[in-house]
Parts: sequence; C-alpha cells; structure tokens
Amino acid sequence: MGKASGNTASVSESSKLHNLLVYMKQHWQLYVLFILPAFLLTIIFRYIPMGGILIAFMEYNPIRGILGSEWVGMDHFARFLSSPDFMRYLMNTLKLSVFGLLWGFPIPILLAFLLNRILSTKTKQRIQLVLYMPNFISVIVLCGIVRILLSPTGMINSLFGTQTNFMTMPSAFRTIYIASGIWQGAGWASIIYTAALSNASKELKEAAVIDGANIIQQIKAVEWPAIKDTVLIQFIMSVGNIMSIGFEKAYALQTDLNLSSSEIISTYVYKKGLLDGDYGFSTAVGLFNTVINVILLISMNKIVQRMNEGKGI
Amino acid sequence: MENKKKKSEFSKYPIEDKTILIIGYILLGLFVVAIILPMVYIILASFIDPVTLQNKGLTFDFSKWTLTAYERVLGNTQIWVGFKNALIYSVLFTVISVVVTLLAAYPMSRPDFKGKGFFNTIFVITMFFGGGLIPTYLLISNLGMLDTIWAILIPGAFSVWNMIIARTYYMGIPRDLQEAAEIDGANEMVYFFQILLPVCTPIIATISMWQFVGMWNSYFDAMIYLNSASKQPLQLVLRSILIQSQPEPGMVSDMQSTAERAQLAELLKYATIIISSLPLMIMYPFFQKYFDNGIMAGAVKG
Repeated sequence: MGKASGNTASVSESSKLHNLLVYMKQHWQLYVLFILPAFLLTIIFRYIPMGGILIAFMEYNPIRGILGSEWVGMDHFARFLSSPDFMRYLMNTLKLSVFGLLWGFPIPILLAFLLNRILSTKTKQRIQLVLYMPNFISVIVLCGIVRILLSPTGMINSLFGTQTNFMTMPSAFRTIYIASGIWQGAGWASIIYTAALSNASKELKEAAVIDGANIIQQIKAVEWPAIKDTVLIQFIMSVGNIMSIGFEKAYALQTDLNLSSSEIISTYVYKKGLLDGDYGFSTAVGLFNTVINVILLISMNKIVQRMNEGKGI
Repeated sequence: MENKKKKSEFSKYPIEDKTILIIGYILLGLFVVAIILPMVYIILASFIDPVTLQNKGLTFDFSKWTLTAYERVLGNTQIWVGFKNALIYSVLFTVISVVVTLLAAYPMSRPDFKGKGFFNTIFVITMFFGGGLIPTYLLISNLGMLDTIWAILIPGAFSVWNMIIARTYYMGIPRDLQEAAEIDGANEMVYFFQILLPVCTPIIATISMWQFVGMWNSYFDAMIYLNSASKQPLQLVLRSILIQSQPEPGMVSDMQSTAERAQLAELLKYATIIISSLPLMIMYPFFQKYFDNGIMAGAVKG
C-alpha cells in the first residue's frame, strides 16, 4: 500500500492537515483570542440573517416561525414587480443616487483644485475647517436644519418674500436631498483629492511654471495626472454603491405629501416590514435591492480589473 | 511681511491666470458663505421671540430677544436622558467595536496565518451581501435583545472595513519588531499588546473616532430596536422635536393657544439644533487630524 502514485496526494493531504493542526496548536491564541470574537459576530449577525432570506419565499407567520410558515415561491416578487409602485420606487431610488452622483461627484474635485491654489497656508486651513464642519452634523440635525430653513416662515422664504412650503412639494424633494448632501459632504469628500494634489511633484510644477505654463496648462500637465487615479477609483466605488443609498436621510426628509418622489426602496422595505408587519414581502423587496447592488458591484469590479491590469478593488 | 510676499506672488501671474484665480476664489468664497450662512441664521434666530420670528424674521431689536427656547430645551429632562444615553452607547460601542476589530486584524495581517483566505472570504462577503432588515430584526427579536442596549452595541460591533484598514496599518510595521520579540520569547499576546499596539495609536484613534461619531449621529438601529423612552439616544429625542414637530411633554404645554404652542415648538427647533450640535462642533477641530489619517488609510486600500 502507499506505493501507487495516487496515494501520494492523500499522504500529502494528511500531512498538510497535520501541519495545520500543529500550527493551530502552536498558535492557538490567534484563533481563540484574536479572531474568534469577530468570527462569531459575523456568523451570528451576518450569516444567520442570510438564512432568514427564506422568508422572502414564504407567507411568514411570526408565531409559527420559519419551519411552520407556508411556502409561496416567487409570489412576493411577482406582486412587487407587477405593482405600479415598483417602477416608481425603483426610479426614485435610481434618480436620487444617479443625480446625486452627477451633481455631487465633481464638486469636491473642484474644491480641491481651488484649495490648492490658495497661497497662504493659514487661510487654507481656516477655509478647510469651515468646509469640513458640516460633516459632523447628524442626519437628524441636518434634516432639521433643512426643514426650518425651508419652512413657509423660514430663511429662504423670508429672503424672497414668499411662503412656499417646499417640504410638501414632490418636485422639490430631490433637489433638497442632493443640495443638502453637497452642503454637508462636499468639503469632507475633497480631503482625499487635496491629499492627492499635495503629492503632485513640486519639481514638475516648478518646471512647468518656469516654462511659462499658465494655470490651465499646469492643471492639465501636472495636477490632473496627480489625482486622475483617485478620481477614477472614487467614481467607480460610487457607481457600485448606487443602489445602497441610505435610509436615514430619505426617511427624515419625507413628509406625507412628498412621498411620490421621496419613497425609495429602503424606506419602503422598512414601512412594509416593520410598520405593516408584511415580513415576507418586505424581505423580498430588500433582497431584490441587494441583488441589483451585488450585480452592480461585481460589474464595476470587473471594469476596474480590466483597467488596472487584473487587480480588482 | 507675509502679506507682502503673497501679494508679490499673486502679481507674478499673467493677466488671464489672475482672472481664473479671482473667479476661483469667488467660487470658493461663495461655498464658504453657503456653509456659514445657515449656521449664523440658526444661531441668531434661536434667541428671538417666537412671535416676532414667525412674523418678521430676524431682528436686531434686542428687546425681542429671549433665552426662553434655551431654558425650555435645557430644562427638559428627556434631552438630558438623550445626551446621557448617546454618550453611554457611543463609548461602549466604540470600546467593544475597536477591541474586536483590532484583535481580528492581527492574525489577518500575519503572512504565516493559516486560514487567512477562509476568514477573509467569510468577512468580505458580508460587505456586499446580507440578510436585510427583516431577517436581522427577527434574529435580534428571537435572541431576546429587543429594547435592550445590546441590540445597539453588538450586531454591528465588528467592522470589516475597519479591520482591513487596521490590517493594512499593521502590515506597514516592520517585521523586525516581531522577529526580535519572538527571539525574546514573547508570545502573541505580549507582542500584540506591548509592541504592536503602542506603535499603532494613530490608526486606533482614527477608528475610535469613526465609531464614536457614527454611533452618536445615527438613529436607525435605536428607532427599530428600542421602545422605552428612558433608553432613547439623543438623535431619537431630536427626531421627535425636529422632524416630527412633537416637542417633549412639558416643553410647550403651558402655552394657552395652539398657535402659541406651534410658534414656540418652531423656536425650540433652533435652540435644539444649537445645543445638540455644539459638543461635536467644539471638539471636531481637535481631532480632525485623526479623521484625515483615516481617510488616507482608506485611500491606500481603495
């Protein structure tokens, strides 16, 4: 026995296993003390709920539990996909994030270019302090600020002498959401570009200045190349996250009257599931969203791989 | 002196560059004004008598100024309960989360760690795919964690993203340190706590700040998992005042007419915004550099 070449594989298999066990015994602390807590948290709070996705295919009854509830196959998906609300919520979600990306993405880059042109370091630091500040305001306070500034007696209306109630206008919701997002986040998002710009070679820039390059030429030849990669990666990551637009802010800016444009998939999932108790249906809608998101992420990663000579994110 | 130097530097630019620069500075100035203006407006408005504010807007007639909004908000116990809870949750969450994350990052940073691929796959999948709202809620409910502080602290304690950032940071620490420690006969625990962690304070500070501010500012988990008024964190108290326009009981109930109550409720929003944002606004300039570090750490990975 053990002479045949087929057995060498299993011998090396078992010696591999042996090596692993020896290693694990020697380094048991790495497994038991270091990685076990994170592993358990992941299994319990991330993987067990994945099993709960089965609910999406059931008429879930909380009293009977998963084992006792009735299977309904794809009924929930069919109900959601064929309802007139489906297209509206999907489009609300997509429009909010796509327009948010189109408006919100270039502004931090512009801010970084402008900051980079400020000659005095002190002034630059003061401006940065102001630009970053809104990032630390919570979603609730931000939406509170938006609501009082836009109320019929708020700052905006008293500036123009009008009494418009913007928060009840479906047509104003997206603008409010995106503009307040830029107000809060653009300065903060510019940090990463500011850093990339400060890495732009000083020598190259000085050479360009000596050659008589004007600002536009300097940007083209020195500064843009320095941040191009960062811009690209940030853009691809944002596109990959288009369907994962957050719940908190949309929900806090919703009013009964602007729902026709402010109801997005994540707020719908919450209302259907936790407020109406329609567990199966809500889970199905959430799963639909997750699947689209995963597809987007995988295709974005493929694109990066192709551009980056085989290295993904 | 410095001013003069700047001026001469600016005057060196050719005329078309000057035009571009001036347009740029104006744009930047507008952005800064757009950020400051609402803040100044809210600060001023929070001191003005509610009736005047509603009818005339801002006024510099100081006889119409009042501290009533601050007295009523600060005099309300629910705001203080909110502050206290937010502080407890944020501190505990930060400690638990940072400990679990830093520990897990260590084996993942060692080239010789067997099982790295397995754990990495298990962890990274959760960044992209999850059970979603209802299955998670049902799990928390079945575990008997509803309306307990654990529902807020435990499920999100391990952050894969932060683990990756910490791991990248560990890998930047020279291996000689570890080899030297091994020769000295130090085991994993000694090396990790006495040698590795002390040189990783910048990244530990950054991750801690992220977790703290994240918990302080969020409301979703608390909204779905906590019911008792006594357990509400600040953001939920703010939500009822600012978003639902339902001031806490006692804040406006002594007013006679509905109109007066509504006006006062509106004014309370201004004071509430100031009071609730003040702590982070004051502290942020001091820990800003840690956030910058973290953004860079994330960028390296990105």
